[in-house]
Amino acid sequence: MTPAKINSGNSRKIISLHLAVIVILFLLQFVLPEYHHLTMTRIMILAIFAMGYNVLFGYTGLLSLGHAMFFGAGLYGAGLTAYHLGWSVPLAFASGIIAGALLSLLVGCIALRTTGVAFMIVTMMLAQVAYLATLYFTRYTRGDEGLVLSQASRSFEFFGATVDLTNPSTRYNLSLALLGITMSIIYRLVRGKTGRALVAIRENEPRAQMLGYNTFAIKLKALLVSGTLSATAGATFALLFAYIGSSFTTIQYSIDALLFTLLGGPGTVLGPALGTFLMFYLVDIASQYTTAYLLVTGLALIFLVLYFPKGILGTIKHRWLPWLP
Amino acid sequence: MDFGPFLFLASLEGLVQAAVLCLTALGLCLVFGVMRVVNVAHGEFFMLGAVLAWWITNLISTHPALGFVAALIIAPVMVGLIAFCADRLILKRLSYNPEATIVATIGLLYVIQQTVLITFGADARAVNAPFYFRVQFPWFGYSGYKLLVIVAAALILLGAWFVITRTRVGLMMRATQYDREMAQSFGIPVERVYTVVFAVGAMFAAVGAILVVPIRQAHYLMGLDPLLLSFIVVIIGGLGSIRGTVAAAILIGMSDGIISVFFSPTLAKMVSTTLVAFILVFKPEGLFGPSVVNFRIYPNHKGHKGYKRHLRLNKK
Repeated sequence: MTPAKINSGNSRKIISLHLAVIVILFLLQFVLPEYHHLTMTRIMILAIFAMGYNVLFGYTGLLSLGHAMFFGAGLYGAGLTAYHLGWSVPLAFASGIIAGALLSLLVGCIALRTTGVAFMIVTMMLAQVAYLATLYFTRYTRGDEGLVLSQASRSFEFFGATVDLTNPSTRYNLSLALLGITMSIIYRLVRGKTGRALVAIRENEPRAQMLGYNTFAIKLKALLVSGTLSATAGATFALLFAYIGSSFTTIQYSIDALLFTLLGGPGTVLGPALGTFLMFYLVDIASQYTTAYLLVTGLALIFLVLYFPKGILGTIKHRWLPWLP
Repeated sequence: MDFGPFLFLASLEGLVQAAVLCLTALGLCLVFGVMRVVNVAHGEFFMLGAVLAWWITNLISTHPALGFVAALIIAPVMVGLIAFCADRLILKRLSYNPEATIVATIGLLYVIQQTVLITFGADARAVNAPFYFRVQFPWFGYSGYKLLVIVAAALILLGAWFVITRTRVGLMMRATQYDREMAQSFGIPVERVYTVVFAVGAMFAAVGAILVVPIRQAHYLMGLDPLLLSFIVVIIGGLGSIRGTVAAAILIGMSDGIISVFFSPTLAKMVSTTLVAFILVFKPEGLFGPSVVNFRIYPNHKGHKGYKRHLRLNKK
């Protein structure tokens, strides 16, 4: 019997919960004021980033401190081709995703030879190299200053209809659609055989190895999915908001992904999205009062790791809803 | 200037940098070696040292030397106290789990940095050197203070070496580093050793910063560079090996200036960071070979206590 069949009673609950989240997000756009409408668009894209991060951290137990490089690969993969080569939006989007996938494979082959603390430091250092590269090739990237995509490069024909990415409503619904797709990809992945293997590796890698799993290949697959989803978020960000700068590849963004996941609940499908939503608004509110809004980030990290390592949804899953994926 | 004197000047500058880097990296190395945790907030302790030195020299402004000496004594103690509290309040409660500690010290990094931003402000502040004295070489004059930095760092390193290898406290530290459980069963208060080592590690960073602050300036973001450089030094030197760390600090400190002359500093940083990442992946014992007490964070190094400890900590 496959795991899905065992839990067939729960899978209806799970699917309705996820559908409800999507429907609520869809309806929200009609009531939100302009500022929050834009904020929600950003949150949904960052949620894709965090959900991608969670595949590696929450399910596989590999804590990366360098996911900003995958986000950056998507951002620059889409942005540079659109800016310099004049590629259309779908083509640029695809190139961003491919750039992310290639980078994840490369990084995986190097960094996955280590685990634990060494993995954290190696990913952090490689991400630092990626950040420095965006500064070094300033002729193409304009470094910190960044590039701004032109209006013309932000609309495309899709089955005869013109999709204009400067329209807030288009941006909102595109992000929502991508979030929905991400959710279903991750749900399918973690409920399936691979997901079980990932958790087995997280809980005890030598045991998984002994049971005959090629743990390196499975971890590489997890990193590939994780990095590619992060790159998708980056590519979306570049094309929807038309700005590509090296600030998106700083370690700050890697830590944000970690924080969002920790807050929402590592190892749950919806957790990172919830964490992104809460943390984004928390930082947003804090930054109205002080320039030192990163203080909130720091305190949240310490608090979570000390008292709340399972995060919000992780705790709910543990206490009340064991069926939560 | 001819090439010879120019190289001499570059090496002097490199030595100053190496001296400060030695102190900072030694702090990180001690914490890693004995406690087996990576302290990401190490650079912030460096920054705190510099900022507190500015504050103290401003309070005692009768004579620059007096203020500076006071800063050199008081600031490290204050930084040590802060690290002491951080260890007791945070790290101890995490029972020094390596991964949780990294996340917590990232949080600590932000907390310290942003608190300094609120209280000290975003401006860079200069601290006066305790004295102005130029050493006149045949080709150029050189700041006497910078020479003092080199000498002071060397003396402190000698002192640290003496304490670690020749005293009871050092013996306790080495015993804890070598085998935590065995040390505990021989009556060594391991947890107290951890706290002391964490505080002392932070104090090393602070002393390095105070020595360098009259040459550079105090700024709330100044902690990042020493942190990355210390990481590089500790990894190249062989994780937790003190001799290796000192050798690597001198190598990196000296070569950094020279490489930056010939290549773009960004490219130099890119190449060195990549190399260090590869060292960590393929040669985790560092370039200077395994030392007497050497710990690897590599779990598949079988038969070593670190491996058993890794398994134990990862048991869920």
